[in-house]
Amino acid sequence: MDLNDAPDEIAFRDEVRAWLRDNLPAELREKTVAYDHFTREELLRWHGILARKGWVAPAWPKEWGGTGWTPVQRYIFEEECGYAGAPPLVPFGLAMCAPVLIRFGTPEQKARFLPRIFNGDDFWCQGYSEPGSGSDLASLKTRAVRDGGHYVVNGQKTWTTLAHYADWIFCLVRTGAADEKKQEGISFLLVDMKSPGITVRPLRLMDGGHEVNEVFFDDVRVPVEQRVHDEGAGWTVAKFLLGHERMNTARIGTSRRELERLKAYAAAQVKDGRPLMEDARFRDKVTRLEAELTALAITNLRFLDQLRGGRPPGPEISMLKIRGTEIQQRLTELMMAAAGPLAQPVSSPGEPRDFDLFTAGLAPRYCNFRKTSIYAGSNEIQRNIIARMALGL
Amino acid sequence: MNFEPTEEQRLLAESVKRFLAREYAFEARQRILASAEGMSAAVWSELAAMGVLGLALPAEHGGFGGGALDLMVVMEAMGEALVVEPFLATVLGAQLVARGGSPAQREALLPRVAEGKLKLAVASTEAASRYDLARVSTRARRDGNAYVLEGEKLAVTGGPQAERLIVTARTGGEVADRTGVSLFIVDPHAPGVRRTDAHGLDGQRTGSVRLEGVRVADADLVGGEGAGFELLDEVIDFGTALVCAEAVGALGFANDTTLEYLKTRRQFGVPIGSFQALQHRMVDMVIEAEQARSMASLACARVDARPAAGERRRMVSLAKVKVADACRLVSQESVQLHGGMGMSDELKVSHAFRRLTVIAQQFGDADHHLERVASGG
Repeated sequence: MDLNDAPDEIAFRDEVRAWLRDNLPAELREKTVAYDHFTREELLRWHGILARKGWVAPAWPKEWGGTGWTPVQRYIFEEECGYAGAPPLVPFGLAMCAPVLIRFGTPEQKARFLPRIFNGDDFWCQGYSEPGSGSDLASLKTRAVRDGGHYVVNGQKTWTTLAHYADWIFCLVRTGAADEKKQEGISFLLVDMKSPGITVRPLRLMDGGHEVNEVFFDDVRVPVEQRVHDEGAGWTVAKFLLGHERMNTARIGTSRRELERLKAYAAAQVKDGRPLMEDARFRDKVTRLEAELTALAITNLRFLDQLRGGRPPGPEISMLKIRGTEIQQRLTELMMAAAGPLAQPVSSPGEPRDFDLFTAGLAPRYCNFRKTSIYAGSNEIQRNIIARMALGL
Repeated sequence: MNFEPTEEQRLLAESVKRFLAREYAFEARQRILASAEGMSAAVWSELAAMGVLGLALPAEHGGFGGGALDLMVVMEAMGEALVVEPFLATVLGAQLVARGGSPAQREALLPRVAEGKLKLAVASTEAASRYDLARVSTRARRDGNAYVLEGEKLAVTGGPQAERLIVTARTGGEVADRTGVSLFIVDPHAPGVRRTDAHGLDGQRTGSVRLEGVRVADADLVGGEGAGFELLDEVIDFGTALVCAEAVGALGFANDTTLEYLKTRRQFGVPIGSFQALQHRMVDMVIEAEQARSMASLACARVDARPAAGERRRMVSLAKVKVADACRLVSQESVQLHGGMGMSDELKVSHAFRRLTVIAQQFGDADHHLERVASGG
């Protein structure tokens, strides 16, 4: 056993780090660090920089632009990007739709969509959740009825992240008879967001931001060529996607950066005339969090190590998701606690603002990050997955 | 990065596990717990024969020159079997001699440890010391070519079984100073030594050692006079890493046996493991054990790398914080999920509870190690 990076891993990490130093635009990094929301253009700018370098879709097969990296290299890359403060790569095209197309798509679908996803020509979003179908995804009601060479789609999706930026949406829709078992009769459709009959309505969340939307489908006509895999095989596709969540679900790099920042920030706050980090009650919370994150970084690597033989990731992804999001949430909570009463003012109707913008972002971020244990399969669903798949319960 | 054990480590782990499964099954362990010695001479000789007693000792003294990572697989196996032999106490005593002892001390003691003919224990804890290795009020007064020891040591794990004790005593400085702490090899049968034996919560033997005018020769001072703290601190960190590894084995047992219980125990006509309230708690126990394993690996790797003391202390303490928290959660939940059966002395899970409870405190509880991280060691 050797917990140090191997020489080739060190060289790779150095290469990624040096490249990020030279190519991550300072203004994007500053936005990450300031907890700002990214515009569509900013997200695509970073996507484009990585695409031109050939690093935007490391996990794809080489013929479609993948890098051929090992799982450990991919992890290092993602960790370094997170640590450096790079904007997120929006996963819906790169990490969700594309793997589905690569696995189930026709040659025509691959040729039509994959290069555009790679280059960032199309911005994708995910049409899964519905008002009545959250964790019980298979109960979805959005219906697609065959009409010649088209499906006619009616229904509603919700919590659709970045639908207001998206050119395309991949959707689970019901194509089967009403009396079928609910996992049957679901199909996977690719829908152009410019299709007549689609309405996007923003959902404003408690942090004041706009990330998610409702998407309404009113007699939306979708060519049959935009169905992936067989009619009625949508649940197979959905389950495949579940197993192909990214291994950086724990977001170790980002959390490492945030932890360093928390320590520095708390050291600069004053309580009873002394740095807050010298207050035992506060400091011990930070140390426990550091122990948890240090452990998770190694747990993540241990799981990756088990994938060397080519085994697809299993329920360990769920463990990383649960503990990784708990850490992310705790970081936002302690940052807000570090600011204390100064975290209260969060916005102002006009200029000039009489409070620090960074401090003003802490409480909304705490609110915003409650999403992490809810999205991408709530942490309770993840525990169900582990109980069933890993423990045999 | 590579998390695979080496071929030697894998083979050793297999043979230790096989041996313990055969000789340390629950009934056999119960007999050992009830015996006068609180250990098994036969098991001890076999541990020596398998080479684990000398695993981390220098080759020139009958050892194999290994480190914490080599012992990790052994500790994990011992944790799984809840071994009560004074193994860790002897390993740590031997490390003190190996790292700080004179050539004569090493030659006299280490080969006998490796052969299973000498058991050691470290006597450092006192009534007011808690986990602070520098807080030593036992005094060692110079008298001709000898020292005279006065004081009392408490909770000396493995003390009743040890043929030699390594005792901390103050030769200078104030009660909590790091300088002025000295280490002495003491024969527990020497005049003035009075041992009171006790059974520890986890079944290991422990007890107090009263030192009244105990004469110890110059030649039995380990390391420099007054310079014992750094050596002891380094070796206790080594021991902390090892007890983290032992915890991984005990956590694994507690989780495995609880999972099995959830699948077999039926209430309301179904296995209780079909209840989501219990499934989610079981999952959290498993995640904690994975996190503890990661930290045990990290701690063992770091103490082997022999970094500067500050870095070593920080990483070992971070590991112990996580492992202590994991021990507490898993031990409590494993009993709870067993219901009344979890309380019974007749089920191994209650013994795992007791060992995990002790491990959470051994060499410092979470609060102690949180403080150690904060103070930079």
